[in-house]
Amino acid sequence: MQNEEIIRKINQLLIDEIEIDESQINPAADLKKDLGIDSLDFVDLFVIVENNFGFKMKAEEMADVKSLQDFYNYIINRINPN
Amino acid sequence: MGIYSVIGKNLTEVKDSLYHGRSGVIYDPLRKEMGFRSALTGMVDRPILKGVLDRRMRIGLPVQGEYAYISTREALHHAGIEQSFLDANEVGILFGNDSSAVPVVESVDILRQKKDTMMIGSGYIFQSMNSTVSMNLSVIFRLKGVNFTLSGACASGSHAIGIGYLLIKQGLQDMIICGGAQEINPESTASFDALNAFSIRESEPAKASRPFDRDRDGLVPSGGAATVIIESYESAMKRGARIYGEVIGYGFSSNGEHISMPNVDGPVRAMEKAVRDAGIKPSEVDYINAHATSTPAGDSNEARSIDIVFGNSRPMVSSTKSMTGHEMWMGGASEVIYSTIMMSDNFVAPNINLENPDEITEKLNIVTKTTPFAIGTFLSNSFGFGGTNSSLIIRKV
Repeated sequence: MQNEEIIRKINQLLIDEIEIDESQINPAADLKKDLGIDSLDFVDLFVIVENNFGFKMKAEEMADVKSLQDFYNYIINRINPN
Repeated sequence: MGIYSVIGKNLTEVKDSLYHGRSGVIYDPLRKEMGFRSALTGMVDRPILKGVLDRRMRIGLPVQGEYAYISTREALHHAGIEQSFLDANEVGILFGNDSSAVPVVESVDILRQKKDTMMIGSGYIFQSMNSTVSMNLSVIFRLKGVNFTLSGACASGSHAIGIGYLLIKQGLQDMIICGGAQEINPESTASFDALNAFSIRESEPAKASRPFDRDRDGLVPSGGAATVIIESYESAMKRGARIYGEVIGYGFSSNGEHISMPNVDGPVRAMEKAVRDAGIKPSEVDYINAHATSTPAGDSNEARSIDIVFGNSRPMVSSTKSMTGHEMWMGGASEVIYSTIMMSDNFVAPNINLENPDEITEKLNIVTKTTPFAIGTFLSNSFGFGGTNSSLIIRKV
């Protein structure tokens, strides 16, 4: 899967499943402060990622994921490791 | 008051159904496919809350929580209470609920399939607890007072109002959102169906629930949600609220016998205690909304109990379960609403399907046709497994 396609898919999942308003989708957005993704939403992201990208997120790897760009990078690196 | 019931999705629809003796019972083919003995059930559409509540508020709500959100929203509107009032005052919530089967089944199914608890997601825990309704609604409506659920089997909703009444009487709360909620789905009633307690009059769903009738053959499970807002007289006066009724008596008891077989003594003690608490004579009760679920033993024993306590005055009696089916955890609250609607609108709703009383039930003054009558005081009975009994007495103000 190409990186652009991964980003498009993440954005669509955030809009459809977490119900983030499309206008708020911005790579610089802070997941918690700007997008309002709280600890419970992170639990749902684990399910969404496994069901849609086929791998398990690990809580300890998410510690440094703050912005939406960080989240794109994390997913991209798990799908397309260098 | 607010109601989301199999005989109407709001107070207006419910009043119309009560007046016209309309049944909310259907035949559900899914139950037959699943192996149910009886496919009969009360049925109401699932509310659509997308666009009404945000995702986090919706994700923790099981179906009975959705019903209860709608009934509570109507109750607040009916009582003239806005969110700003709830924000500025200590308002509590006490709901009757005694199961939440579907989220338990679904979350365990996911675990069995995926073998990973992380695949269960964040919503099921809040949906699956018995306190799901009070916990969710307290967050949605930002309530700051007493907040818990009462699980007292099929008397849960009635006990919720009774305990709320006691808290207000004690001066511990000024206003409490009380109610009862009951899920409608096969998962929650399969083990009950296994007890051979449900009617199998599947060819005539609307005639299956026939409390007090000689040919009754069991109850019909049902559900929905009912919300009754109770408050101190001072609170109502201060708000300039219209008072639909005054809770004047709450009686409770336990049979101390069989887990599922009702008796006569327990209900008698609950009704007598309610009458004593109300400080009235039995003859002052004009109407009794019976618990009568349409089971052979339950209806007979309740008829004997009513005859013992009220045999001299023989007040009008009907079981609205003849129309709604057995709303279980919700029933005690919904039946207070049904009776209060009758009291406000000067009629007694019929006990439909009572074609032939038996020798015990014929002792009662059971209303079989809609009857114009000005109820001044009514008593509502609710009994449940384990022999829990609750009787509430409510008076017109």
